[in-house]
Amino acid sequence: MINMKNKSIDFWILTGTLSLFALVNLLFFLLGRLSFSWEGIGTMIAAGLTLAIYSFLYKDNPTFKVVENLYVGVALGYTVIITWFNALKPDLYDPLLVPLFTGKHAQYLLLVPMFLGIFMLLRFTRRLVWLSRLTFAFVIGLGAGVTIPNYIHTFILKQLEPSMRPVFYGGETLLPSINTLLILLGVISVLIYFFFSVEHKGPVGWLSRIGIWFLMISFGASFGYTVMGRMSLLIGRVIFLMRDWLGVIQ
Amino acid sequence: MTFQYFVPHPYSKAFLELMTRWDRIIAGFAVFIGVYSLFHLHWTRIRRKAAGWGYSIFVFLGAFITIAFGLYNGGEAFWHDKKEGTMFDWLFLYIQVPAGATIFSILAFFMASAAYRTFRARTVESTVLLLAAIIVMLGRVPVGALISQYIPLAADWIMGVPNMAAKRGILLGVSLGAIATSIKIILGVERQYLGGGD
Repeated sequence: MINMKNKSIDFWILTGTLSLFALVNLLFFLLGRLSFSWEGIGTMIAAGLTLAIYSFLYKDNPTFKVVENLYVGVALGYTVIITWFNALKPDLYDPLLVPLFTGKHAQYLLLVPMFLGIFMLLRFTRRLVWLSRLTFAFVIGLGAGVTIPNYIHTFILKQLEPSMRPVFYGGETLLPSINTLLILLGVISVLIYFFFSVEHKGPVGWLSRIGIWFLMISFGASFGYTVMGRMSLLIGRVIFLMRDWLGVIQ
Repeated sequence: MTFQYFVPHPYSKAFLELMTRWDRIIAGFAVFIGVYSLFHLHWTRIRRKAAGWGYSIFVFLGAFITIAFGLYNGGEAFWHDKKEGTMFDWLFLYIQVPAGATIFSILAFFMASAAYRTFRARTVESTVLLLAAIIVMLGRVPVGALISQYIPLAADWIMGVPNMAAKRGILLGVSLGAIATSIKIILGVERQYLGGGD
């Protein structure tokens, strides 16, 4: 009985909110607050989407689910089109397929990645699924080959270099020198914490404990940084609603 | 490709560019696997009339409208270069961008509520985590500087020294792991990516 009553209340809240939204936009269009253009309609739709998603803060509801699914669809469509215009068209269609059908000089070598790409799609068939393995072997092999030198250069040597700076260059204040030592201590202690081949007892145990402290500070800092990033997005959306849609702030 | 890096000859560099281009083309085809997978999932929901199947229609609606306008390309068709200011761009600007930003901004509420429920300074380590999070959060807003001029400085120091040291340690460990895995793949020790076990 209570459930039925709650559903009825939710229905009226949803209907009331949608009606209010429609009325407000109608007024905005009539008063000239929103222009009868794609820009004006776009602002109205964007405001509707924003409010529909925020309605989830009250409760999971149909408007949120509709917008959520619509967003997934639009994002998928956008990815397909951008992949065509940024990868397949300039790298395959223009240099291979267009010259092939117009009698100009085509880059026939591109037939190899084209067939490898098509082989990958054969993963959905039963008889030709083995061909997709050729593509995966090529992609994974290429990735593995590129990874080794790139990781050594970018993530090991380039990261070790600033960790092993001289503590004193001469002439600087004490704080940068302490920071240099702290960074070195942090890197070594975190590496020791993740080194499980030695039992974490004695000096190794102490260093590993210091590593945990550094990790905890890092996790806390990352959490705080992420929260503030999301907060700035929230502020951006509220500014959009207040300034671009309602026009209550300048 | 590993040896290519150590041979800085123009032919070697051209070979790397060619392979990167091939990789880009194959990645382009890989997108269609994702498309098939998502369409298959939602089509199955609709076909079986699963709970909430009606919402899956909006996935198809959004995708087909966006793809149709993308292919139409403002009247110039998809085989020409991408035109700017089309309905496809409008869909991106007024649907994808606001919906995406709002979905990510809503996480601020969930993170705050999750933090309130789970963050308890029970041990020294969790207290350190909590303090670091509070200082970084306060250091990024004007109220932090209002409380004390040292809070933004402390936040910068946390980000630049202990946070960077820990991140660097993690990164070094991850890199060594990635290199070890790559060597195992090249030598044929690791073959799980082919889907047939070891």
